[in-house]
Order: sequence, then C-alpha cells, then structure tokens
Amino acid sequence: MITLEWLYALTGAVFAAWSVLSALDRGNAKRWGNAAFWGLMAVSFFFGGVLSDLINGVLVLALVGIAGAGWLARGEPETTTVEQRETLSARFGNRLFVPALIIPITAFAGTLLYKFTALGDAGLFEDRWVTLILLGAGVLIALAVCMAWLRPPLLAPLEEGRRLMDSIGWAAVLPQMLAALGAVFALAGVGEIIGALAGQVIPEGSLFLSVLVYCLGMAGFTMIMGNAFAAFPVMAAAIGIPVLVQGFGGNAPVIGAIGMLAGFCGTLMTPMAANFNIVPAALLDLKSQYGVIRMQVATAVPLLACNILLIYFLAFR
Amino acid sequence: MNYWPLIGIALVVLGFALRFNPLLVVAIAAIATGMLGGLDLVPVVEALGKAFNDNRYISITWIVLPVIGLLERYGLQQRARTLIENVRAATMGRLLLLYLIFRQATAALGLTSVAGHAQTVRPLVAPMAEAAAVKTHGELGEDEREQVLGMAAATDNVGLFFGEDIFVAIASILLIQGVFDSYGYELTPLQLSVWAIPTAICAFLIHGGRLLWFDRRLGPASGGTQP
Repeated sequence: MITLEWLYALTGAVFAAWSVLSALDRGNAKRWGNAAFWGLMAVSFFFGGVLSDLINGVLVLALVGIAGAGWLARGEPETTTVEQRETLSARFGNRLFVPALIIPITAFAGTLLYKFTALGDAGLFEDRWVTLILLGAGVLIALAVCMAWLRPPLLAPLEEGRRLMDSIGWAAVLPQMLAALGAVFALAGVGEIIGALAGQVIPEGSLFLSVLVYCLGMAGFTMIMGNAFAAFPVMAAAIGIPVLVQGFGGNAPVIGAIGMLAGFCGTLMTPMAANFNIVPAALLDLKSQYGVIRMQVATAVPLLACNILLIYFLAFR
Repeated sequence: MNYWPLIGIALVVLGFALRFNPLLVVAIAAIATGMLGGLDLVPVVEALGKAFNDNRYISITWIVLPVIGLLERYGLQQRARTLIENVRAATMGRLLLLYLIFRQATAALGLTSVAGHAQTVRPLVAPMAEAAAVKTHGELGEDEREQVLGMAAATDNVGLFFGEDIFVAIASILLIQGVFDSYGYELTPLQLSVWAIPTAICAFLIHGGRLLWFDRRLGPASGGTQP
C-alpha cells in the first residue's frame, strides 16, 4: 500500500537535492546556511518518524537558529529572461497549461475514481491521504511530460524549484512551527485559561450576548493560535456546550458547525495562520507580508457578523 | 489560576509587531509559555519536536515547485496573461468569482489539495487576474498590483475555508463531532456539514460581491482607459 511515508520520502529527496544544489551555488554568499536549512528539512522528512521527540525538537531549534541568525539568502539559479519567456510562451502556446493542469486533474479525477469505483477496494492508497498521494503522483506525471516534451537541462526542474523555494525561504517552515507552538500552548494550559476568562465575561441570562461572546471568542482565540482547531474545544467547553446548548437549549449541530466557521473568519485575519496568509505573500513576491490579510479583513468581519446572526436565529427556534 | 502562560501570547504579538524573524519569535514564545506553565525545558523541546514532526504533511505541497518553476522557465505566466488578454469577456472580477466557485465546489467535495497557493494561485490565477485588471484598467500602480495579487490569494483562502466544511469527512467536522461526543451529544457528520451551507452561501455573496466591487473601484483610481 502506498502511504504518507512514501510522500515523505519523495519530499525528503527533493529537499536533499535543494540542499546539495545550494551548497554548490558559489554565487550565493550564504550558501552553507541554505544548504544546512534545506538539509535539516530533508533529515526531518526522511527520518522524523524514527528520531526521538527530543532530537526532532533540537532539529527544530537548529532550523530556528539558522533563520534567526540571518544565515539564509536567496540563491539565483540560472533561468530564462523575461524576453526569452515571451518567445518561448509564443512558441509552445496554450499547451503549456497541460502539465500545470495534470497535477490538479490527477488529484481530482483520481480521488473521484478511487472513491466511487472498484479501484478503491484494491487498497492501493492509505485511505486518509488519497488526494495528497494522488497530488504527488500528479507531480511525477507532470514532470515526466515536461521532461519528454520540453527537453530542459536535466537539473532544470530542481534548480527552478530551488529558485521558488529560496524566494519563500524560512516562511516555508513557519506553518509547521506554529503547529508546534499550538501543542506547547495546549500543554501549558493556555486553552483552559482563555476558556475560564471567556466564561467569566458571559452576562447572566442574555442569549444574544452569549452567542456574541462565543463567536468573538472563537474568532479571537483562533487569531491567537492561528488555527480554529485549537480554539474550538476550548470555546465549546467554556460557552458553546454549557451555556448555549445546556443553558439556552440550543440546537447542538448548528452551534458546533457555525461556531467552527466563526473561527475560520479569525483564520483569515491572523499572521499566525502562516500557510494561508504569510506564505502566499512570499510566494507572490508581495512587498508587504500582510498583503493577503489586508484583502481578507473586509470579507472576514461581515462574515463573522453573519455567523453570529445565523447561530442566534437558527439554533434557538 | 496561573495566568503566567499568557505571557507567551503577548510575546508572539509583540514579536510580530516589532518584525523580528517569526520563526525566532514562535520558538521563544513556545519555550517561555512552557516554562511559565510549570514545565521543564526538555519536555517543551520534546513537545515542539513531536508536533513539528506530526505536521510534516503541511509541507508536502512544496514538491510541486519543480514543475511550476520549470513551466515558468518556458513562459507559463506569460501564457496565462496572453490567454486572458484574448478573452474579451474576461475581467478580473469575473475571473476571480469563477475561481471562488471552483474552489468552494471542489473543497465541498473534499478535494482540498486540488488547488492552492503553490499549485494554482502563483502559476495561473494571480497572473491571469493581473492581466485581466491591466486589460480593463490600464497599467497598475504598485499598490494596486499588490492588491490584485493579494485578492487572488484571498479568494483561494475564502473558497477553501467556506467550502470544505460541507464535506462530511473533513478534519474540522470530525473534531466538532468528537468534542460534542465527549459531552454526551451524538452528532453525525452529515448533521454538522449541512449547517455549514448557510455560511458558505454568505461567504460566496460577501466575497463575490467584494470581487466585483473591487474591479469597479480600480478603474477611476488608476486613471486608465476611461471613456
């Protein structure tokens, strides 16, 4: 069976290649910093599952040390100029979209085929990760098509990938770091403290204000943690279940489902949700790392208000 | 109650505001929070390592970069722009609205990794949105260009967040089910995912409306090709 571990090995191999290519990049004054950073990522993907938690923790601190000391710089692998790209784009035409679309289509059609036909009974893929595994397969197919059709230099895909990866730099690791921070917050009881504080501000007997505190608490705590998953158990335990469901007799599925979505409104407004908000800003070369969040606030705030009203009107009929 | 662990949150906010390296800020906040919460250094480092390791799947999407980078070498972004320039009906607002529908619909089918910032936004959606905006409004100023690209990424996020909970087997639905179960409420995933639909509609109307309005607002400000 193809499992998530296979994808980890593939990802590890890609990071290892980036590490070696970084080390060989004499044009980058900080090449050893880059090589070490991507090399540690390769170690994490290859061996993270067998290393002890403590060693993994030390590996994380080493990554942080390299980034914090400013030992990372952008490598500038050789690539085509804008003028060359205009020419190439005209020569290859719309067929250039084909490899780019192979990836999502493999993931999309593959998942549907796997789930709704007899293919799924063969147990070829680990059930939980079917789409992600097919995404990996799509990448390999697209790469094979590109190599056969465009005939680039052999190292070009890895070098071009490194160009993009270096432009993202340490931000690539931030989402995993923030997940780790969430785990420590949970261990230190931050959730219980916030829950207790939120429980104290609930005004006696006011349904609307209770719904308001529940939703604002979900959004606010999600902004702190960067993740609605961390906020939900806390706010459900502090207000959602004891006050809204048991106290006011509200409809449990409505309070659960829409409460979570109120948290998602918080996710749109926080740099702590790095993979959604900070990484794309780096990926799109925006001047401000908050360039994506800025465009989301005006959707998130009215949507949060909608969620408050939806719970108030739908859960207590 | 021991309120000291909240210092960690303050450190994060302060660190981000003062623009220190976020990795450094997060690591220091984690260690401070753990120690103030009464833990020793070693268990805190272990917790960091375990969670980092358990969440490696988040970083798997970087394996698309070699394909995307290679196609960019051969002019993919230029091609995406040309395509949009040749479709007369394509405006930035309509284009992003279409992408919002696609993202919400596929996420509602559970296909969350089909699209994303690395897979679709950088190579296709962002350059197309920019080309469509230039076509209607003339050359964009630097701030306007940033807004258009930011809006492309924002549309991906909104579509994903407010589509995925309609799918019954997504992690957040299972989490809600688990939490309520521990208090003795037996909910089915379907009961929960149905109640994600009203918010999904609101999200579509609010963000879709903003997209069309954003497109109109860009016009006069750029001093472009107004009749």
